[in-house]
Amino acid sequence: MSKTVLAVDDSKTMRDMVSFALTEAGFSVTTADDGAHGLKVAQEGTFDVIITDINMPNMDGITLIGHLRGLSQYQSTPILILTTESEQGKRDQGKNAGATGWIVKPFNPEKLIQVVNKVAA
Amino acid sequence: MDMQSFRKTYFEECHERLQEIETLLLSLESGDYQDEHLHAIFRAVHSIKGGAGAFGCDHIVSFAHIFETVLDSVRDHRLALDPELMEVLVTSSDVLAAIVGAAEQDQILAETFDAKAKADLSQYMDGAEHAPLPAAHASSSDAKKGTSRTYTIVFKPHSRLYEKANEPLLLLRELGGLGEMILSVNVDALPDLSAMDAVGGYLSWTITLTTTHHKDAITEVFEFVLDDCDLTITETDRTVAGEMKPTPPSDASPAIETGEAKVSSIRVDLDKIDRLVNMVGELVITHAMLSQQAEKLARDGYPHLARGIEELSTHTRELQDHVMAIRAQPVRMAFARIPRLVRDVSKDVSKQIKLIMTGEETEVDKTVIENLADPLTHLIRNAIDHGIEDAETRKAAGKNPEGTISVSAGHRSGRILIEIRDDGAGLNTKKIAEKAKERGLIENPDLMSPDELHQLIFNPGFSTAEQISNISGRGVGMDVVKRNIQSIGGKVYVKSEAGVGARFVLSLPLTLAVMDGMIVRVGSQKLILPISNILESLRPRRQDISTITEGGEVLDLRDHYIPLLRLNRLFNIPARYDEPWQGLVLIVESEQTTFALFVDELVGKQQVVIKSLEENYDPVEGISSATILGDGSVALILDPASLYDLHTKQGDSLAFAA
Repeated sequence: MSKTVLAVDDSKTMRDMVSFALTEAGFSVTTADDGAHGLKVAQEGTFDVIITDINMPNMDGITLIGHLRGLSQYQSTPILILTTESEQGKRDQGKNAGATGWIVKPFNPEKLIQVVNKVAA
Repeated sequence: MDMQSFRKTYFEECHERLQEIETLLLSLESGDYQDEHLHAIFRAVHSIKGGAGAFGCDHIVSFAHIFETVLDSVRDHRLALDPELMEVLVTSSDVLAAIVGAAEQDQILAETFDAKAKADLSQYMDGAEHAPLPAAHASSSDAKKGTSRTYTIVFKPHSRLYEKANEPLLLLRELGGLGEMILSVNVDALPDLSAMDAVGGYLSWTITLTTTHHKDAITEVFEFVLDDCDLTITETDRTVAGEMKPTPPSDASPAIETGEAKVSSIRVDLDKIDRLVNMVGELVITHAMLSQQAEKLARDGYPHLARGIEELSTHTRELQDHVMAIRAQPVRMAFARIPRLVRDVSKDVSKQIKLIMTGEETEVDKTVIENLADPLTHLIRNAIDHGIEDAETRKAAGKNPEGTISVSAGHRSGRILIEIRDDGAGLNTKKIAEKAKERGLIENPDLMSPDELHQLIFNPGFSTAEQISNISGRGVGMDVVKRNIQSIGGKVYVKSEAGVGARFVLSLPLTLAVMDGMIVRVGSQKLILPISNILESLRPRRQDISTITEGGEVLDLRDHYIPLLRLNRLFNIPARYDEPWQGLVLIVESEQTTFALFVDELVGKQQVVIKSLEENYDPVEGISSATILGDGSVALILDPASLYDLHTKQGDSLAFAA
């Protein structure tokens, strides 16, 4: 069984890139296009890893993480946030909300896979 | 893995985002201040920047970064959004669009290209915010080769580390990838099983690691958990290279599966789609022919044939809907440029204009959308330049000094109606009459209603603008507007009321290929009426029909009088019945009016493939196009609006003759 990843990002480019890179690496990837949508998808399924953008309409990534950590099935699921270099503050907020780690944008596929493998058993 | 394959998606997305930025900035500028607008603009710029790095578009990254920094201050209310800053933001969005455009074309812009915009933006950045864009992230694999070092690492996770789903085992495994590792775990803090909290931080590790990597590489392994553990890394020994052991290759190289890439959109040549549309059209005709033949066969003898044809009918219909949906796009695509246009033109002529747009989600065929841009631009320019009066005139007339232009789209009677309405002075009927007479377009204006006179502005070379401004001269190009709209099977007309404003209505077909038709018979002729225009059909009583002086015949439809048109008289066809109470009347709705149409009988409903008369023959009044019926015969498709015009004209000529 391949590991399942939920990628939440309002940017289609990002979704496509994450999805493509991780699918190539053998993950099974589902995408959602904002926080609210992501939460809905997460509640309806189970995922081994969740990757989320921070700045999104409807529900931002920080809020999404808070909600996810409140759900029993996601208490010990690795959650990664997508941030840029300049967003140290966001990264800290994400960590405080319960994020496992972060992926720095821009990333290349190898780096992405490396980070996902770093947190996914 | 080829990042270039995402380039296209990225730039497509950029264009959407840029459009969004512009639209939102204009809403802000027009006084519709909402925090959410600023957040959305910030997100859009941020997202453009986020993708740019992956494709090496450094110019986009550097400009978007500054732009984003200022936007961040505005959305956090650290900066007030005054008109001056507004202008800077609007200009910056243009500059960003230009930089994105250049990057898409692989053009290199001069570094100075955005210098002014950058400088303008920089004024709004105070020192603290002026965070320079960090240099590209140095990879940990750039290990300083040559020296083997030994580190002693003490790692004590807090329970917070576990709560965030970090896993020490994975971290230790990663650490092991850096070199040779001796590990000891300290279990002293472990409580009794009964007292144990599943996410409690009870364990700690002491690790001796011999590696060629620098200390930074070790820190990086723990980068996600630095705040959630006690970590000390001490260098205890250093051996100068020579007999250094090679770092074992990372076991993290993932198995590459040749799975199909997930692609959610592809680009298809429009020609291919059109060929598909045509083929579906032919399929519809073939189906009609088949089912007609099959009806002649005894149903009992061939039960499967009948069912098969029914299924074929369902599938053909579905196929057709889907094929048409490929070509359908929201009219938003054509509306997107309007806010900017209104802003620029109203600035040029120093008028205050409020823009209201509705119905942007209405979907219509791609070809229709593409041909809408020019006519829309023209009509809106005209409305601002000539329709809306200047502020003083408006005030004097007791109007709001700010003019309003509303653009709306919506479905009606199987067509899409686009309305451009202004609350200006309206068309100058007197001037139009004078001009039309001077140009020899009409003989006697007094015989014409104001409404008829107004339509004259669509005549070629008709202009009544006293001064031709650089924006437009009202009338110049109205004929072009009309031609453009007609070329896509549409119609345009104007309604105007002096002092209240003008309203231009574009009535366009939803699709250019297929429609649901009702076949009617008059004598030996079969004609087709678009189903979407038919409200009902009925056989009237003799007393329901009456003749009014100069107005022709009317039908009393439940106490409403509507004009009665006789199809046999309009086209001079010998009919089977002479009077409506012997045959049937259809209640038909056109863009302008509702009328009753007298025919012999209804033959049936059928999907018809539209074949243009203009392209294959010549335009004929009252007829929009033709089609091929199931039996292979050609039938004409009626155009209700022009049918009514034809009726009015014939009525006029009769009245004159009398």
